[in-house]
Amino acid sequence: MKSYDIVIVGGGPAGLAAAVAAKKAGNDSILILERDHELGGILNQCIHNGFGLHTFKEELTGPEYASRFIDQVKELQIDYKLNTMVMDIAADKTVTAMNREDGMFQIPAKAVILAMGCRERPRGALNIPGYRPAGIYSAGTAQRLVNIEGFMPGKEIVILGSGDIGLIMARRMTFEGAKVQCVAELMPYSGGLKRNIVQCLDDYGIPLLLSHTVVDIKGKERVEGVTIAEVDERSKPVPGTEKFYSCDTLMLSTGLIPENELSRSAGVDMNPVTNGPFVNESFETSIEGVFACGNVLHVHDLVDYVSEEAAKAGEHAAAYVKAGREAASAEEIRVKATGGARYTVPTTVSLDRLGDLLTVRFRVGAVYKDAFVSVYLDGERVTHQKKRIIAPGEMEQVILKKEQLTAHTGLKEITVTVETE
Amino acid sequence: MYDIIIIGAGVTGAAVARELSRYDARICVLEREEDVCCGTSKANSAIVHAGFDAAEGSLMARFNVRGNELMEDLAKDLDIPFRRNGSLVVCIHKEELDGLQELYDRGVKNGVPDLRILSKEELLEMEPNLSDNAEGALYAPTGGIICPFKLNIALAENAFVNGVEFRFNTRAEHLSRDEEGLWHIRTNNGEYVTRYVVNAAGLYADFFHNMVSEKKIHITPRRGDYCILDKETGDLVDKTIFPQPSKMGKGILVAPTIHGNLFVGPTAIDIDDKEGTATTAEGIAQLIEKGGMYVKDLPIRKVITSFAGLRAHEDGHEFILGEVEDAPHFIDCAGIESPGLTSCPAIGEYIGGMLRDKMNLTEKKDWKGTRKDVISTEGLSLEERNKLIRENPAFGTIICRCESVTEGEILDAIHRPLGARSLDGVKRRTRAGMGRCQAGFCSPRVMEILQRELNLPMEEITKTGGKSNMVFYRTKEEGGHTA
Amino acid sequence: MEKRELTCIGCPMGCLVTVEMENGEILNVTGNTCKIGDTYARKEVTNPTRIVTSTVMIEGSDFTRLPVKTASDIPKSSIFAVMEVINHAHAKAPVKIGDVVIKDVAGTGVDVVATRNIA
Repeated sequence: MKSYDIVIVGGGPAGLAAAVAAKKAGNDSILILERDHELGGILNQCIHNGFGLHTFKEELTGPEYASRFIDQVKELQIDYKLNTMVMDIAADKTVTAMNREDGMFQIPAKAVILAMGCRERPRGALNIPGYRPAGIYSAGTAQRLVNIEGFMPGKEIVILGSGDIGLIMARRMTFEGAKVQCVAELMPYSGGLKRNIVQCLDDYGIPLLLSHTVVDIKGKERVEGVTIAEVDERSKPVPGTEKFYSCDTLMLSTGLIPENELSRSAGVDMNPVTNGPFVNESFETSIEGVFACGNVLHVHDLVDYVSEEAAKAGEHAAAYVKAGREAASAEEIRVKATGGARYTVPTTVSLDRLGDLLTVRFRVGAVYKDAFVSVYLDGERVTHQKKRIIAPGEMEQVILKKEQLTAHTGLKEITVTVETE
Repeated sequence: MYDIIIIGAGVTGAAVARELSRYDARICVLEREEDVCCGTSKANSAIVHAGFDAAEGSLMARFNVRGNELMEDLAKDLDIPFRRNGSLVVCIHKEELDGLQELYDRGVKNGVPDLRILSKEELLEMEPNLSDNAEGALYAPTGGIICPFKLNIALAENAFVNGVEFRFNTRAEHLSRDEEGLWHIRTNNGEYVTRYVVNAAGLYADFFHNMVSEKKIHITPRRGDYCILDKETGDLVDKTIFPQPSKMGKGILVAPTIHGNLFVGPTAIDIDDKEGTATTAEGIAQLIEKGGMYVKDLPIRKVITSFAGLRAHEDGHEFILGEVEDAPHFIDCAGIESPGLTSCPAIGEYIGGMLRDKMNLTEKKDWKGTRKDVISTEGLSLEERNKLIRENPAFGTIICRCESVTEGEILDAIHRPLGARSLDGVKRRTRAGMGRCQAGFCSPRVMEILQRELNLPMEEITKTGGKSNMVFYRTKEEGGHTA
Repeated sequence: MEKRELTCIGCPMGCLVTVEMENGEILNVTGNTCKIGDTYARKEVTNPTRIVTSTVMIEGSDFTRLPVKTASDIPKSSIFAVMEVINHAHAKAPVKIGDVVIKDVAGTGVDVVATRNIA
């Protein structure tokens, strides 16, 4: 097997953008390993529009967005292998992968970019009681069946969870002639984007039941219906509020989990909040030369941000291969989330390696109205930005100038928080 | 006309079928589901019990101990995973310690080897993640864990290869005996005539028994809810952790599975519906509470799936094995609840021997008691994998990423004798879909392989036979234009 | 005076926009944080439009469905008429992004175009 400087695990939006950026940064020895039969990842099945407004200043569908990057990968003659599953990443950056043609093979890489994306939380993890018939699909699995393979997994549908994929699928199934009974959401707010609630539910009169969950599944062979109940503020079903909805399909859109089995076995330190690796300003994990980007790092709402972060990861991986790790002269600055902010990416910053700007992305744990996103440098507030709404479904960011950080001599900690005043 | 018809292709029916396959006889197994291992056999604790729990002198005790003895060689012959991980009955109250001695004594009388009572210190050294409240335990090193699917499938497959016929989707509905003493079994797929009937119908064994006998029996479905936890929790305990047994059964266990997951269960809830395999919120809550009493920090957030199985609890809480007094040539294997899985090799041996003697059956010369399981790529070295991939490139494609199951394994599961015809059939033979994503990733891929290999339209691919179809129609085609 | 509250869909911000109207005349648009919100709200209350995305059958390829979209937005009221045409349309491989699959779909004056390349 040919050896490569940079091995990228995953040929979805993150892997593609990382590859393109690494190549443009001057590295000519890049390999993308993709388990599906084509590049593009989950974007191929996201045939709806709404991608790329930030990156391309136009609204693209998922496959169109993916093709912009796939075209670049091909033009730049970056190597990739399809139908190839990465089986292991060792701490020394040896990547073990497998496919039909090459068999199982190992590549000793100088840098590895983790871009495996995420998976959907299954029914089992939700402990929904009831039978276990056919007709319980995660929304993404149903999306693949409908959009790529052209099969209808159901005709009468209840969706649990108002994540974006669930909302998109509500409209998609309606277009294909199915009846979507309702979308039930455990939380008092939706995890999906506003535009999707408007365009996928409101437009078609599909009710969104906030603070509701599925408490029983009926049907031994195929789903025959579900019972939905209201939940209290501790998310416990309220007795007496149960209502039966006839349906042949229950679709779940109840959250995404970064797919970090390979990262864990490589020994990468993981952030328990994001279920993704801890990274520094260069998107480098706790293992030198192993970078992470996209949904494997933290679940994004917008693919534009994935591409942007991945490009940085790609650039830094190329720089790492070229020069080895740039030794940081000063101590690393910690980036901490407090208050309403649940986590930050990155969690450490080295000023030596930082470009002109530091973008810190985070999510909040509850809905805030007319609140402030604040940044403190060792206790001194430097940002106090008013926001009409901050919601858990949408990723937030603050951008700090490098001068701001260097001006603060001996800076040890950057704190990101949400304040009500 | 058959010599013997076995009703039910669960683990008992399959074990009896395999034993009988040694002899020259025309044998058929009738199974209402589309595959073997679709009832109680697929949803239980998967424990090979040591045998200290069953009442002294009972059939349960006898068959448990004998079954445990036979299991090791059987597992080797059938090439299925089995491990004697040992069982611990743990006390969390000092006053329960007397109960341990009682269990120990009973176990010794039942013939269970190597039993020991452990002090708190010995216990915590053996299982450091047990609750600090643990006061002592009965240790049974012969206790084991097995894959119930693979056991059931392997027994049936081996019986089939040795000439036993299987009729799936064939539900026995009515039994009658004619003047010549032959049994007529009416099914949804026509009538079957046979000299002998073996009633291995699990939860429905009372239905068939009572149809032919005046001495009625009564089976209650006793539901057991289970939670299966992610493999990353599989080493929380090494031994099977039992609480003190009660009159409802062996209690809620915390144990590793043979495949490296952890499970908590079962509850024991008597219900009326023999099809009532729905879990309930109360049942799952009970598991979380009780399981948490015996181990420290039970990582219940790592649950990947929950399910419920039904035990065939006969009122007398005893196996009913043998020819029914007032129904000649009708052989019961009824009331097979725990330790039924453990006992199945012994039940097979016993019923097989009984029918051999009664029917003067002669042994086949070419009987082959061994088989090879679906090739597993788990744990293969790079060289071994590459050899396999060179022979068959399908072993180079991962279909189930959570359990690392290749297309080659799935093809094997489909094309072998009594092969898989549904997603669950593939799952039980290969583990594809049993991992942490619960088939989210692999189900469309397995569906595609099934439809290609079985040459069926996608609309006919099911999760588990019957009306469990996965998709309804193609988009843009019939039904899709109503919008 | 009539007030209509809308969630702007121009970008993922999802601004809550209020449109004040009287006799069909828009008096005031508030709550938007950019020009898109203003334009969207004015349009949404007078002439709402949507881009429709779906798939059509495709022959001559391993792929059996081709993703498509309306090349620009169509009146919201025409969505199901457009879907009806899309559901009966066929494409033939090879297809490139932007290739017209249906011309002037359902009399909207808008074409339906392919959104992926299929060789």
